[in-house]
Amino acid sequence: FHTLFMLQVENVKLLDRYTNRKAANGTLYLTATHLIYVDASAEVRKETWILHHHIATVEKLPLTTAGYPLLIHCKNFHVAHFVIGQERDCHEVYTSLLKLSQPVKPEELYAFSYNPKMSKENREIGWKLIDLKVDYQRMGIPNNYWEITDVNKDYEVCNTYPPEIVVPRAANKAVVVGSSRFRSRGRIPVLSYLYKGNNAAICRCSQPLSGFSARCLEDEQMLQAIREANPGSPFMYVVDTRPKLNAMANRAAGKGYENEDNYDNIRFKFIGIENIHVMRNSLQKLLEVCEMKSPSMSDFLTGLENSGWLRHIKAVMDAGVFLAKAVKDEKASVLVHCSDGWDRTAQVCSLASLLLDPFYRTFKGFMVLIEKEWIAMGHKFSHRCGHLDGDPKEVSPVFTQFVECVWQLMQQFPCTFEFNERFLLEIHDHVYSCQFGNFLGTCHKEREDLKICEKTHSLWPFLLQKKQELRNPLYRGFTAYKELQPNTLPFSFQFWCGMYNRFDKGMHPKQCVLDHLLSCMSQKMKLEDSASELENKLPFLDGPLPSEACSLSKVGRAASKTPMLNTPQDYEGEPPPVLSNGTSAGDIDVTSDVDQKYKENLSHHRDLHDLNDAIDVLDSEAKDGKPQHH
Amino acid sequence: MEFAELIKTPRADNVVLHRPFYLAVEGTLCLTGHHLIFSSRRQDNAEELWLLHSNIDSIEKRFVGSLGTIVIKCKDLRIIQLDIPGMEECLNIASSIEALSTLDSVTLMYPFFYRPMFEIVEDGWRSFLPDQEFELLSSVTDEWRLSCINKEFSVCPSYPPVVVVPKSIDDEALRKVAMFRYGSRFPVLSYYHKKNGMVMMRSSQPLTGTNGRRCKEDEKLINATLRPGKRGYIIDTRSLNVAQQARAKGGGFEQEAHYPQWRRIHKCIERFNILQESLIKLVEACNDQSHNMDRWLSKLEASNWLTHIKEILTAACLAAQCIDREGASVLVHGTEGTDSTLQVTSLAQIILDPRCRTIRGFESLVVREWLQAGHPFQQRCAQSAYSNSKQKWEAPVFLLFLDCVWQILRQFPCSFEFNEQFLIMLFEHAYASQFGTFLGNNENERSKLKLPQKTMSLWSWVNRSEELSKFQNPLFEANSLVIWPSVAPQSLQLWEGVFLRWNRPSKFLDEAHEEMINIIKYNKELQAKVNALRRQLAEMETDDRMQENL
Repeated sequence: FHTLFMLQVENVKLLDRYTNRKAANGTLYLTATHLIYVDASAEVRKETWILHHHIATVEKLPLTTAGYPLLIHCKNFHVAHFVIGQERDCHEVYTSLLKLSQPVKPEELYAFSYNPKMSKENREIGWKLIDLKVDYQRMGIPNNYWEITDVNKDYEVCNTYPPEIVVPRAANKAVVVGSSRFRSRGRIPVLSYLYKGNNAAICRCSQPLSGFSARCLEDEQMLQAIREANPGSPFMYVVDTRPKLNAMANRAAGKGYENEDNYDNIRFKFIGIENIHVMRNSLQKLLEVCEMKSPSMSDFLTGLENSGWLRHIKAVMDAGVFLAKAVKDEKASVLVHCSDGWDRTAQVCSLASLLLDPFYRTFKGFMVLIEKEWIAMGHKFSHRCGHLDGDPKEVSPVFTQFVECVWQLMQQFPCTFEFNERFLLEIHDHVYSCQFGNFLGTCHKEREDLKICEKTHSLWPFLLQKKQELRNPLYRGFTAYKELQPNTLPFSFQFWCGMYNRFDKGMHPKQCVLDHLLSCMSQKMKLEDSASELENKLPFLDGPLPSEACSLSKVGRAASKTPMLNTPQDYEGEPPPVLSNGTSAGDIDVTSDVDQKYKENLSHHRDLHDLNDAIDVLDSEAKDGKPQHH
Repeated sequence: MEFAELIKTPRADNVVLHRPFYLAVEGTLCLTGHHLIFSSRRQDNAEELWLLHSNIDSIEKRFVGSLGTIVIKCKDLRIIQLDIPGMEECLNIASSIEALSTLDSVTLMYPFFYRPMFEIVEDGWRSFLPDQEFELLSSVTDEWRLSCINKEFSVCPSYPPVVVVPKSIDDEALRKVAMFRYGSRFPVLSYYHKKNGMVMMRSSQPLTGTNGRRCKEDEKLINATLRPGKRGYIIDTRSLNVAQQARAKGGGFEQEAHYPQWRRIHKCIERFNILQESLIKLVEACNDQSHNMDRWLSKLEASNWLTHIKEILTAACLAAQCIDREGASVLVHGTEGTDSTLQVTSLAQIILDPRCRTIRGFESLVVREWLQAGHPFQQRCAQSAYSNSKQKWEAPVFLLFLDCVWQILRQFPCSFEFNEQFLIMLFEHAYASQFGTFLGNNENERSKLKLPQKTMSLWSWVNRSEELSKFQNPLFEANSLVIWPSVAPQSLQLWEGVFLRWNRPSKFLDEAHEEMINIIKYNKELQAKVNALRRQLAEMETDDRMQENL
C-alpha cells in the first residue's frame, strides 16, 4: 500500500452473515481514510475496503469463543462483523474508528484531502460541468413571465437559497422581500420547473408564518404572480406535503399553512408524507428486517410491512405523480412546501420533474436535477447524512428515498433512463463518502464559505468517466418517451434488495442481465469497428455479402463471463446441519465491486485527462438528444 | 349428448366487452360447444376474443333493469365482463356457459374435438418415451434396468407401464415392495447424477403402521442404490409430526432401526386445500386495487404463497445438495408421492442437470416427473383461484412448481433456454387446453381415454420453430454447472407475469424485452458479418498468393 497505516491488527476474522462458511482470517488495517481488511486465508487475495465516512455505528459485542466481536454498520448498508483476537486490539480499533468516523470539523472531511492528481484547470472545468442557468434556458427562462434575479446575492432574502433564484417578473423586490418575511427561514416561493408545453410551473417554498390568522399582502401577491404567470389556468394548486395534523400543530408555533380564503384562486391540498423522524425510524426498522438471520417469509413480509418503508416510498411517489398530473393534465401551476421546504419538497419537486421531462432521465439531466433541487436549494446533506459529529435527530434518509423512487420508476419503465441502477448506487455512496465536495455543508452559502470549488473536486466528471458501466443498455433515447405515468398501486413497489441488502451478494441473482447487456454493447462497438475495418480492406467488394450462417467466433462468446457466485446456502435451517461438515470446495468469492472501486480511487489516482472529452460528448448528446442505438 | 342442447342462446348482438386496460368494445357474442367467441366485427378482427369454456373458473351475473352483466373469471386468472342486453338472453347465456364450463365427462372436452390447423412435424405423444430416456441412462451406468412389471397398470395404477429400478431387484421383489408402499408406489429412479453416480429415487410413504411393520425387500431395494459404506438421505416432505400421525392410518416413515444407512430429514411442504386457499388469497390480494400499502403487504404475507415457494425450493435445494455436495443418494417421498414429492424431485433436477434447463429437457422433465409419475392433473387443476365450490382435490401444485422454476430463472437469467412465457404457457395448458397432454390423472387413465390416438399433444404444437421462437430466452448460454438458488426472502418475488398479468399494463416491460432481444440479435448479425468478411479477405489473400506463385 502507498498509504501509511495508522493501525495494523493481525488475526482478525470477518464473519459472513448468511452462510455457515468458515470465517475468513486476516489482517485489519486502518489508514487515514479507510478500514482495509485483507483476507489471508483465501487463495486469491481478497480485500474489503470501508471508508471511515461510511461508518454509521461501531459496536463492541460480548466476547465469544472466537474472540472479541466488532460490528460495523455503514451508511451504504454494508454490515461488517469482525472478530478480533485480543481485547486490547479490539478496543483500539473501536476507539480509533469512533474518532475517524465522526469528524468534528468540516476540514477533516475526505474531500479536502482527496487528491486525484488533477490539474487546477480540470478541477474548475469539473465544477462548471453543471450550470443551472443552462437548465433554466432550456425551460425558456428568462421569458415574459419569469426572470432570474440576483436579489439574494448577499443571502439577504434567504441564507439557505442560492444567490440566483427564479421568480415571476410580476413580483418586484418589495414583494420578494415581503414574502420572505412571511415564510419560514425566508424560503420564498421560487420556480423549480417550468413545463414548456403549457406554461404551468412547479414552484417551491417553506411554510407560511400564518399561525392562526396572520396574513401577508406581499406573499398573497407573490402567489398571485405565480398563478398569473400561467395564463392558461384560472387557478393554482398549493400543496402542503405534510400530514394535515402536523401542519395544524405548526400553527400553534406561529407557522402553518395557507388559508384558501386569503389567496385568490388557490386550491389547497395536503399530501401526507411523514417527517424526517418517522422516516429515520422506518429505515431503522427496515434495516433490522434486512439483517435478520434466516428469517421466514412471514418474518420478512411482516417486518417489511411494519417498517412502513414502502408506504413512505409510495407516499412520495404519489405526491410526485400528483404534481406531474396537475401540471400536464390540468395545466395548473403548483406551489409545493412542507415545513422548511428542503426535505419532502425537494423529493416531490425533483420526482415531478423526472416524470415530466425526459432530460432529467439522462446522465446530465439527473446531475442537473440533483444540483438544482437538492444541492442549490439547500437540502441539508451534512445534517441528513451525519457527515460530522452532530445531532443524530437531524439524520434522515430523505435523499435515499428519492433515489429509491427513481429506482422504482426504472423497474416500471426499463427503457426510459439513460443510466442504470449502479449510477444511483454510486451517487448514493458519494452522498455519504464526502470524497467529493458536492454534498458537503447544508446550503450554497456554507459551501461558499468552505471554498468547496477551490479545495475539493466535483463528483460528476468522475461519474461521467465511468459512463460505460453506468449506462442503461435498454435506453431508447431522449425522444422515445415523454411524460411517465407510473402505476402507484401497492403491488407496483418492490423491495430494493440491491440497495438494502446490496452487500449480501448471495441474495442477488447469480447472473446479471445488466452485465450481459453491457458486454453486448461494448462487443457491439468492437464488432462495428472490425466490420468497417474489414470492409475497407475489401475495396472492390460490392453487392450484398454472402449471408451464410456463421458460428460465433470466440470474441462473441468470451465477453459476458462474469464470475458466478454459485454455492449452496444453508438449506436445512437451524440447527447447523450434519450436511455442512465439509466446507464446499468450489467456493468462489469476489470482493465487492464498490470496495474495489475505492481501492482504485485510492491506489492509482488517475488524471482526468479525458475530462474535456467526456464533457464534449455529453453536451453534444444533450443537444441533438438522439437515441443511443439503432 | 349434443352441445346444442346446452346452448339456449347461441348468439347475442350489441354485447359490450370490458377488459382491464382496454376500452370497452361492442360486438357480437357467440357460444359454441367449446368456445365463447366475441367479435367486434371490425374489419381487422383486432377485437376478437376466443375463450375456452374449460378456462372459465366461475361466472357471476347481475342485472340493472333489463341490462344483464356477466362477469367471467378464468383459470388463467383473467377477469372479463360482458354486458348483454335483454334479461332472457343474458340468463340463457350465463346458464349455458355454466353448463359448458363444468362438463363432467372428459371425453366431451375440447381436445377430443380439436383439429389442428398446423402441420405436424413430430408427434409429441412419441417425443419422450421412457425407452429413449433409459438409453441415455444405460450409456453411463449398467446398475439399472427397465421393468415392465406395471405393463397393464396391474401393480401400481398411478405408475407408467415401465419404470427404472435397480438391476439387482427382480420383479417379484418389486411386487412385495409395492404392497409395502402407499398406493403401491414403490421406489423408482427419478434422476441419475452423472457427475458422481448418485441417484434420486421417489416413492410414496411406507405402510409401517403403528406396530412398525417392515419389508425386507423395500430395505433391500433402496439399499441397492447406495455405494458400499455410504449413507443416503430420505427426504420426507412432511413434518415429523404429520409423518408420525400417518402411522395411525397405516402409513408412516422409514424407521432408523430398519434403515440404518439412511438419515431421514423432514421438510414440511403443505398440500391440498392449504395450497388452494393460499392461491385464492393471493389472487384476491392481487385483484383488490383498493388496498393501501400495509394492507397489500399483510395480505401478501397472509396468503402464505411465498412461504410455500420458499419451503418447496428449500427442500429441492437440500435434495440437490445431498446428491451433489454430500455425494449421497436420496429418496424423496411424502404421503402419496404424487405432489410435494414431484415438486422436490423435479426442481432438484433443474438445479443439478443443465439438460433440464433446455426447452426439450424441460418438456421431458414435465413428462417424466409429472405426467408419467402420476401427478393427478385432472383433479388438481379442475378449478383455479375463483372457484366457489369446495372440492378437496384441487391444489396449485404444478403452478407452485412453475413459480419455483421462475424464481430460479430470475436468479440465473442466462442459464435457461426458455423464457418466462414458456412457463406461463404451461400453466395455461395445465388448466385449460386444446391439447390432450394434461388430461387424465395418470398414464393408466390416459391410455384408457386413448389420448394419443384421439387428441393432439401439446408438444406437437410447441416444438415447431414458429412456436419455439416465442419461448426462447435470448440471454441463454449453456451453463453446465449446478445452479444454487438463494432461498432468502429477499431473493424471492411475487411472480408478476402470472399474478399481476391482467392487473397492470405491460407495454413498458414488453418494450424492454423487445429491446433486449434486438441488442442480442444485432450483435449476432454483426458477428456473422465480421466472420464472413474475414473469410472473404482470407480467400482473396490466398487467391493473390496463388497468382503470385503462378
